[in-house]
Amino acid sequence: MRADLRIISDLISPGARVLDLGCGTGELLAWLQTHKQVNGYGLEIDPTNITACLAQGVNVLEQNLDDGLGNFSSDSFDLVVMTETLQAVKRPDVLLGEMLRIGRECIVTFPNFGHWRCRLQLMLRGRMPIARHLPHAWYDTPNIRLCTFIDFERLCRERGVRIIERFVVDASHANPPIINRFPNVFGTYAFYRLGRPTSAAH
Amino acid sequence: MNSHAADNSVGLVKPAIFRSSAPFTLQCGVTLPGFELVYETYGQLNPARSNAILICHALSGHHHAAGYHTPEDDKPGWWDSCIGPGKPIDTRRFFVVSLNNLGGCNGSTGPLSLNPSTGAFWGPDFPTVTVRDWVESQTLLANALGIRQFAAVIGGSLGGMQAMLWAMEHPERVRAAVLIATAARLSAQNIAFNEIARQAILSDPEFHGGRYREADSHPERGLSIARMVGHVTYLSGDGMHERFGRALKSGDRTGNNQVQFQVESYLQYQGRSFSRRFDANTYLLMTRALDLFDPAADAGDDLARAFAAAEARFLVIAFSSDWRFSAARSKEIVDALVAARKNVASAVIESPHGHDSFLLELPRYFDVLRTWLSRLADEVGTGTRALDAASG
Repeated sequence: MRADLRIISDLISPGARVLDLGCGTGELLAWLQTHKQVNGYGLEIDPTNITACLAQGVNVLEQNLDDGLGNFSSDSFDLVVMTETLQAVKRPDVLLGEMLRIGRECIVTFPNFGHWRCRLQLMLRGRMPIARHLPHAWYDTPNIRLCTFIDFERLCRERGVRIIERFVVDASHANPPIINRFPNVFGTYAFYRLGRPTSAAH
Repeated sequence: MNSHAADNSVGLVKPAIFRSSAPFTLQCGVTLPGFELVYETYGQLNPARSNAILICHALSGHHHAAGYHTPEDDKPGWWDSCIGPGKPIDTRRFFVVSLNNLGGCNGSTGPLSLNPSTGAFWGPDFPTVTVRDWVESQTLLANALGIRQFAAVIGGSLGGMQAMLWAMEHPERVRAAVLIATAARLSAQNIAFNEIARQAILSDPEFHGGRYREADSHPERGLSIARMVGHVTYLSGDGMHERFGRALKSGDRTGNNQVQFQVESYLQYQGRSFSRRFDANTYLLMTRALDLFDPAADAGDDLARAFAAAEARFLVIAFSSDWRFSAARSKEIVDALVAARKNVASAVIESPHGHDSFLLELPRYFDVLRTWLSRLADEVGTGTRALDAASG
């Protein structure tokens, strides 16, 4: 399994009801169905990915995240997962609110625009950064809402989103000590487990 | 010259007749003393009897879904592109059952049959049939064929409604349901189109209150106009533009000389050929069944609750340019299935061909069907292996 999906699968409890936003080929849901008896649905818009999901018996629904999630009722899932998609949607802030309306918790992963390679390219070369984890040019990138870990955590604070857990890794999904000391500089991806504000939960 | 001998054709097929002699009470309260359904089968039922697929037809469909009746037939069955060896509904793996519904005009008991209590044609007196009546009559056919559970019930449009109701009413008899270009209930606009079609038929002087057979006539004009209206709603604006544009069939743009646009000529042809092969009373009855379908109405207007008992997994397919049964209607079904915690997958196929898309061989559409059904076939075991074992 993809390294990032393995990290996520460890965070999911058996039998959970999971909604996977931008589920790709359905790898995570297929694994969770087999190994954790998870009842899940995935949203996807790429035809090839959708067919791959069907081949694996994943409940894939063709739905564009930018059209909103109004069709899912509140508290209808235990967990809403979104891997490396936050940076590609039109309104990440709105989507985040929707995710926590639908699910009690959510897991979000995204690439760090504050990584030292990005900083260095902008500072020394004066150009929009291109890195292994962000390979596109500025004009054709699907990543229209790039942010740093600090930016994201600020948004969470502003919206009262509770950060339950954070796990930061490098490009090879390893977690050397230096990353935990300076995550916003050396971290490539972060995994956030998020919850509703404590006050709202009671 | 047809291709009945082609490798991917089910070849020559022969319709069979199922006779049910037990009294059959319809939803409207009328009891038929018995009925007949004409049907065809393709492929082999496996020893476990687990690989059967039921095909439910739409408004003007019938039992002849695949293959040819004679080597001289110009055209194969109406869904031949999808049913056959190696096709998405693979007859090497599935045993396919396709029937003409009760009230139809292709051989099953309907307005063209004799009413045993009067000895005359049923005609306009044939009782109102509903999607539920169709499903119940299909269960009797399934019993006769020794099929306890269908691997899948598949239908487009009105056929999708039958597949939906099968999963709701007979959960233990449906492993999977494929709902294509369908809706859980018709919109007011949709009923309105059906009403225009009905009025066209009813107002034809040749209709004779539905007793046209006795009057030795046929409401060809009315039926033809009904089909023309229907046909326009089955296409898309872009699709029609692409196909016909403003091309003229005859005359010129001055408006003189019997001007006729290509699209007019096409519609008239469609209307005419349909009116020759279809019965007006059946058309009235089928459109009424469409209008009346509304399983949520019996579940407090909650479609998710209507699906509560279903055990099947669902595949819901819509087409981007279909406005008669739009993708939004399919999404309502999907949302209800998710709310009811059922297994469901959905796809919206990009196509310029409107509602008619569901009858066409579109690469992505067939890819989705093939992938999903192939997984189902793996699960239920195939027909070929049983056959090999029997012959080996």
